[in-house]
Amino acid sequence: MTTETVRRFGAEGRLAAAYFIVALAALAVGGLMGTFQALNYAGVNEILGFSFYEDLAFIFSYYQALTLHGVLLVLVWTTFFICGFLIYVTVNALETPLRSLRFGWATFGLMLFGLLLAAVPILSNDATVLFTFYPPLKASPLYYIGLTLVVVATWGVLVSLVLTYLTWRRLNAGRRTPLPAFMALITMAMWTISTAGIAAEMLFLMIPWSLGLVQGTDPLLARTLFWFTGHPIVYFWLLPAYISWYTMVPKQAGGRLFSDPMARVAFLLFLLLSIPVGLHHQYADPGIQHAMKFLQALFTFGVFFPSLLTFFNVVASLENAGRARGGTGWLSWIIKLPWGNASFTAQVLAMILFAFGGIGGLVNASYNVNNVVHNTSWVVGHFHLTVGTAVTLTFMGILYWLVPYLSGKRLFSNRLALVQAWTWFIGMALFSNALHRLGLLGMPRRSMIGNAPYLALQPEWQSILPFVGIGGVLMTISGLLFFTILILTVTVSKAPANVEFPRAEAVSGPEDAPAILDRWRPWLIGSLVLIAIAYVPPLVAQLSSLSLASPGFRPW
Amino acid sequence: MQRPDRMSIYIYEFAWILPSIAIPVAMIVAIAISAFAMGINVQGVTGRIDPARVNETPPFDRPGLRQVGPNRYEAVIVAEIWRWVAATPDDKSRRVELTVPRGSEVTFIVTSRDVIHGLKIENTDVNMMIIPGQISRTTARFDIPGDYLFVCHEYCGTGHHFMYGVLHVE
Repeated sequence: MTTETVRRFGAEGRLAAAYFIVALAALAVGGLMGTFQALNYAGVNEILGFSFYEDLAFIFSYYQALTLHGVLLVLVWTTFFICGFLIYVTVNALETPLRSLRFGWATFGLMLFGLLLAAVPILSNDATVLFTFYPPLKASPLYYIGLTLVVVATWGVLVSLVLTYLTWRRLNAGRRTPLPAFMALITMAMWTISTAGIAAEMLFLMIPWSLGLVQGTDPLLARTLFWFTGHPIVYFWLLPAYISWYTMVPKQAGGRLFSDPMARVAFLLFLLLSIPVGLHHQYADPGIQHAMKFLQALFTFGVFFPSLLTFFNVVASLENAGRARGGTGWLSWIIKLPWGNASFTAQVLAMILFAFGGIGGLVNASYNVNNVVHNTSWVVGHFHLTVGTAVTLTFMGILYWLVPYLSGKRLFSNRLALVQAWTWFIGMALFSNALHRLGLLGMPRRSMIGNAPYLALQPEWQSILPFVGIGGVLMTISGLLFFTILILTVTVSKAPANVEFPRAEAVSGPEDAPAILDRWRPWLIGSLVLIAIAYVPPLVAQLSSLSLASPGFRPW
Repeated sequence: MQRPDRMSIYIYEFAWILPSIAIPVAMIVAIAISAFAMGINVQGVTGRIDPARVNETPPFDRPGLRQVGPNRYEAVIVAEIWRWVAATPDDKSRRVELTVPRGSEVTFIVTSRDVIHGLKIENTDVNMMIIPGQISRTTARFDIPGDYLFVCHEYCGTGHHFMYGVLHVE
């Protein structure tokens, strides 16, 4: 084992750090809005006479704050973190500098410009349409143009990664692509293909309509194009967390990845199956054929398979680590894992809650069973376990080694970071459990529940709602700790960092995998074929009955 | 830890892969049977409407509850910012109330006059998006007496959480 004393790829590290700073700013503001929403569920809209929705300069309503929460967390925090992380992972795995740093910074600049453009109407209450911006709710054109720039600019990240990969490939003909770079490339490729939906929605429907160039829009077609991107985006959030679980956490735990070939198979299946599944968000929609909904339900169950492979492989890797540390028995190896390491513990806690997120997700995917939970707070409970924990708590855990690694300064307090991770875990468990139960009782999502007149008719809801608030307060404390630790690390901490870039070796290495797993064309073609099978029939049906009959509304 | 040989790794992998395929397959087969053999389905293609002409288009020109057979009812509902319209147009209440006897089979026929709304009736599998330009339709049977809250579950503006109704089953 070699310990790196010199941090490599400093220039790429600065680019990644720029992405992380934007991501963290979004997490801070978006997270604060989440605090307000959780407290509203518990019946609290003000603290000591300070009203969240009346006394803040840029907050006009619950739903504007909810728009901020959604856009900043699921679009900005995730996307900016991921772009920075994947760039840094790739150059380190390939041991090849980014082909063009200038292009990398230009991509970042365009994303930031788009974000600022979209932020203006959100803050001025001209885009209170939530992050899904379903028409005929009609926001300021700046909102659509800004978000489009952010999404389209991410294509530049794929270009950067591919050019860097080709440089590496020329010098390393015949070698297997290192696993982290392989995974980063698949993540960006899958995401880029999937953004065709939202790009088409923006360019052909939303932007011309919001500029007044066309008078009406087709809300069902817009939803279909949105969810073409809207489900793959959850894998775009999740796969970078998987990269850490597969290629870094085993090393941090003192073990090895169990199976490199199985990890590659899982990622290739995500490339194939992440996209042709968006209709499972539209089971409850009118105007879409049963056969197409059910076909995409089949594919959605298909994409459960690589998640099960991941579950097995990651847990087997942890077991490998536990036994390498002297653990024995069926389960007692778990005790031997490095629970004192905050970066490790945060990520394992994220995995534990993700198991429940996955099970809940199966319920959502289950076609007619979805009738019980669709658009209820169950769904909110579900995605706070996935993007709000599996992804977010993992990214926090990654930053606990990556910020020291990039800044050269030791983490301010590992012990405080452990408290932070456990607080998030407990807060989220309470919060999410309450929302799942409330959803089964019929409580709707994206509603100002604390102020809803029908709450008075629902004593059972009232008995559970305080747990949403308690969980939210615990996560707020956890968030404050997180930012305190990071800020003190880069400002106050004097001791030099004692971290290395974690690179897990494999028990069963890439040489055990058939060579087809390292080819791109068959898998990319397969992905496009499955998309065509799943989406050509419903899109043809919707386009042939296209009716731009809905004018815009601004009910806020 | 001793490195397991390649064959035992393959055996571990296959021991996991087989149930990982079998379980989702069994689940989707169960769903297919319940949906297509037992009729517990989601809505499909249900008809279009011009959202600007909802008031003149039957059956939405006369929203409300009507009996169409023994124990069979149709509830024609128009969703608008921020209320369900299931009665005479001059009723401006944000809460709409419908009453049916127990054992009734009610077909809900719903559309939107403006933005997207969503209809969920508690303790039933009635759960539909209400999209302007489209007609949503589903049927449910009410055997247990009580008050069934129905809410709008898709964001439709700042008064979204005021949009609800109650179905009384007597």
